[in-house]
Amino acid sequence: MNLIELSAFELVEGLKQGQFSAQEVNSSFADQVDLHDSKLKAFLRFNRQECLEQAAKIDSTGSKGNLAGIPIAVKDVICIEGQKTTCGSRMLEEFVAPYDATLISRLKKSDGVFLGKTNMDEFAMGSSTENSAFGRSCNPWHFGSVPGGSSGGAASCVAASLAPLSIGSDTGGSVRQPAAFCGVTGLKPTYGRVSRYGLIAFASSLDQIGFFARDARDVALILNESAGHDQRDSTSSREPIVDYLGSLGSDLSGLKIGLPIEYQSEGLSDEIQASVVEARRVLESLGAQVREISLPMTQYGVAAYYLIASCEASGNLARYDGAHYGFRACCQEDQKSGSAASTPPDANRLLEMYCQTRSKGFGPEVKRRIMLGTYALSAGYYDAYYLQALKIRRLIQNELREAFAEVDMILGPTTPTPAYRFGEKSKDPLSMYLGDIYTVVANLAGIPAISFPAGFSAENADQPAMPIGLQLQGPAFAEAELLKATWAFQNATDWHQRRPVLDGVGA
Amino acid sequence: MVKSKDYDLIVGLEVHVQLQTQSKLFCGCCTSFGAQPNTQTCPVCTGMPGALPVLNRRALQLAIRTGLALNCEIATFTKWDRKNYFYPDLPKGYQVSQFDLPVCGAGYLAISDPSTRLESRPIRLIRAHLEEDAGKSLHDEAGGLSDTRIDLNRAGTPLLEIVSEPDIRSPLEAKAFLSELKLLLGYLGVSDCNMQEGSLRVDANVNLHVLNDDQLSVATPIVEVKNLNSFRAVERAVTYEAERQWKLWQQDKLTIDQRPKQTRGWNDAEQVTVPQREKEESADYRYFPDPDLVPVVLTADEISEYRADLCELPSEIRLRLQKDYEVSAYDSDVMVNQGRECVQYFEAVAKKTNQGKLAANWIQQHVLQVINDSDCEIEEFPVNVDRLSSLIEKVHAGELDNSRAKDVFQAMLTDPSPLEKVIKALGIENVADDELETICRELLEQNPQIVTDYQGGKKQAIGSLIGQAKKKNPNANPGRVRELLIQIIENT
Repeated sequence: MNLIELSAFELVEGLKQGQFSAQEVNSSFADQVDLHDSKLKAFLRFNRQECLEQAAKIDSTGSKGNLAGIPIAVKDVICIEGQKTTCGSRMLEEFVAPYDATLISRLKKSDGVFLGKTNMDEFAMGSSTENSAFGRSCNPWHFGSVPGGSSGGAASCVAASLAPLSIGSDTGGSVRQPAAFCGVTGLKPTYGRVSRYGLIAFASSLDQIGFFARDARDVALILNESAGHDQRDSTSSREPIVDYLGSLGSDLSGLKIGLPIEYQSEGLSDEIQASVVEARRVLESLGAQVREISLPMTQYGVAAYYLIASCEASGNLARYDGAHYGFRACCQEDQKSGSAASTPPDANRLLEMYCQTRSKGFGPEVKRRIMLGTYALSAGYYDAYYLQALKIRRLIQNELREAFAEVDMILGPTTPTPAYRFGEKSKDPLSMYLGDIYTVVANLAGIPAISFPAGFSAENADQPAMPIGLQLQGPAFAEAELLKATWAFQNATDWHQRRPVLDGVGA
Repeated sequence: MVKSKDYDLIVGLEVHVQLQTQSKLFCGCCTSFGAQPNTQTCPVCTGMPGALPVLNRRALQLAIRTGLALNCEIATFTKWDRKNYFYPDLPKGYQVSQFDLPVCGAGYLAISDPSTRLESRPIRLIRAHLEEDAGKSLHDEAGGLSDTRIDLNRAGTPLLEIVSEPDIRSPLEAKAFLSELKLLLGYLGVSDCNMQEGSLRVDANVNLHVLNDDQLSVATPIVEVKNLNSFRAVERAVTYEAERQWKLWQQDKLTIDQRPKQTRGWNDAEQVTVPQREKEESADYRYFPDPDLVPVVLTADEISEYRADLCELPSEIRLRLQKDYEVSAYDSDVMVNQGRECVQYFEAVAKKTNQGKLAANWIQQHVLQVINDSDCEIEEFPVNVDRLSSLIEKVHAGELDNSRAKDVFQAMLTDPSPLEKVIKALGIENVADDELETICRELLEQNPQIVTDYQGGKKQAIGSLIGQAKKKNPNANPGRVRELLIQIIENT
């Protein structure tokens, strides 16, 4: 039995029953990493030795945590004490986190094993992982295509069986979109369901930690260990947590699912539309009632999202100024040139340091968004841009609330197209932004949403068959219902069980 | 010398008060003054990636308490905003503050200073809001390089920013405002307002209302004065600014809309204000609501509870002492200004002896003198309520005259024994009338001129004999001696 083919749930069961050891599990995945990651580049840092040491410890002490011995890959946007946390940026290239994120503490208590830190778009800004300062990650289904972003590395890990579980972050779709592109299951929980303490902030009111796994049952497994109020996060919710694993089932009778007519927009690929139709049929066969609904505010989502996110990011990224930690440009140059004698006055040197540090430390997409956000918050523009975007956000929330009075969840595509080739969208930021059309709404409204594999595109000259992901969105704190519906769908289909062939799949 | 009526002096004060909480506004770090640099920090107040703020509820409570004591409207909905700018002592690149919905709205602080005969009047306040403090920049010029060192111990400390309307009309009023504010905040337990330690900082906005050539009242450009390190500095800086602006007006006749607000720093060594470096462009702080924090909602009931829990305020105590104990406004003011412990001490003594005026006198003339000279606290004062009360009772009953009472008081400072014992130890006893009479007769015989003077109408002539009588016997009661002398003279 190849351990890397087992789901996290099966691994947990097998470990409990002593069928294999944590060391065996971890070395299987570590071997897979050694074999394929040089091409995939899912990881920025892979801690083989630490991982195996941790696994050995778990074996010897017989630890009883619910995730004991399970290898977990972590997007490099989440702080693990004593480890580098770079956010895919030169700015934090050498930054060692001085504390554990709350989520990490909880997973440590559950005896999870952290395999390594995965690649991402710089500061979570991007939809393809092409914006990383440390190179790009590949889609395991086609190495010449993007894995999606910003949690591209984390999605790729699970797709390529480098880890059974991985953790990402989702601000406008950064877990769900790569999940769709890589053919895995990805959940963005309700805003406030999982603590943001230790999640390096991009856009505070939109960010949420999310999870990648082979299937909904595995997502439920890790969500059980992660959800819950955290007093260190003022935005975390006191809503009581549920046993997500225990909520799974296969009977969806009585479930009302809405299909927004606006989702059939111009840019949507025919193949994905066909998947939606097919998925509807499957869900209906499981007892659900699917019907058309209307969400006209959908068209304003991307604009509102990019404004709000950029404004918040311009504040959140102001701390990266070279003064206290992270990259600092001038200092190194001073040292190199040895200049101290003819230094210009203090204020000028300070400004110079800020400018050099932030110009060199940040990549172009980050700079774009900081400038956009700063502009939109400036005197004279605040009302027209930021305030306006907040109002749209409120309208989107209202519209969804009304929709959820009629239906229990909303079905639709996760992305308008399957994964595209490298470089196809990177020259045109706006067209890349438009790819987020289906995902941003869940972040704006703070509602939970899950992407799950639901088909494949047809092979063509440019690409082999690429995964298609569909999305279910629910009202706040409906994770259990979403996971149940997804699990039921996955029991009736086998899209989620397909695996990419990693050897010999060229660009 | 410029007559003050050539212009009206217009002053507004912006006061930053550090709240006396145990931890910072958004994290659990300690706020005490004087620790080693960068030892009272954590990921939150150093702006580490991924760290998040959590509101210190106590700081909010102190802010509300202060707002109520300053007669402010307390907001039922208040929120946190980011004030964005770059500076090394501001680790996040923004300060969490309050922009358009501050916790406290308009209010006032009444100032009165009987000793300088200023009339009591309210100085209006525009608002008071909470914000986090920045760290400290220490300019280190050792080794010829001008390094700046950053200490983030102070970053995140809760500050209450109190902004007054430009209602203040003189340097003395400015000082009175600050003194009364400091007193009030001390009574409330909100802050120790120590300017030397930075728990109270003041900026002053100063301009003049003058008459232009058409005899119309116009305003001169506003100057913000910073770097004020004491109340006295505030008084002096405002005085200096008034003079400087008056001279400047006479030269350039520029009015408020003809020049932007200037910033000047007070140079205490030279006793002048100097222009500070002009900012390149006026700062746009791009305020927006902080998405990491939730707004605070207060119900009318909650605010009422705060109001009910409010301790008695100095202004209220001043009036009550006058009313309940018949002390003068001046005496009441002195005791209240000394602090709550002094008031409590006074009230205890006044209640016990039922002699408010006398108690007030004794406290002012004797107790406070010792306390201020020896720099001790009233709680440590060696003469407690019981002993002082007993002393005052004896004086009131005529058993002890004032000068002997003073001797007893002095003795009690070092002798902790009960009053009777101290009196005995000093050898104070009542002198019998016949002994006194003997002394009096002796003195009158020795001083016939004084007798003649007295009989001639100079009643005060016998005064010197009283002193002499005391020399003969220190226990001689001066009042009784005077009575006897008069009696003897008149009966002779």
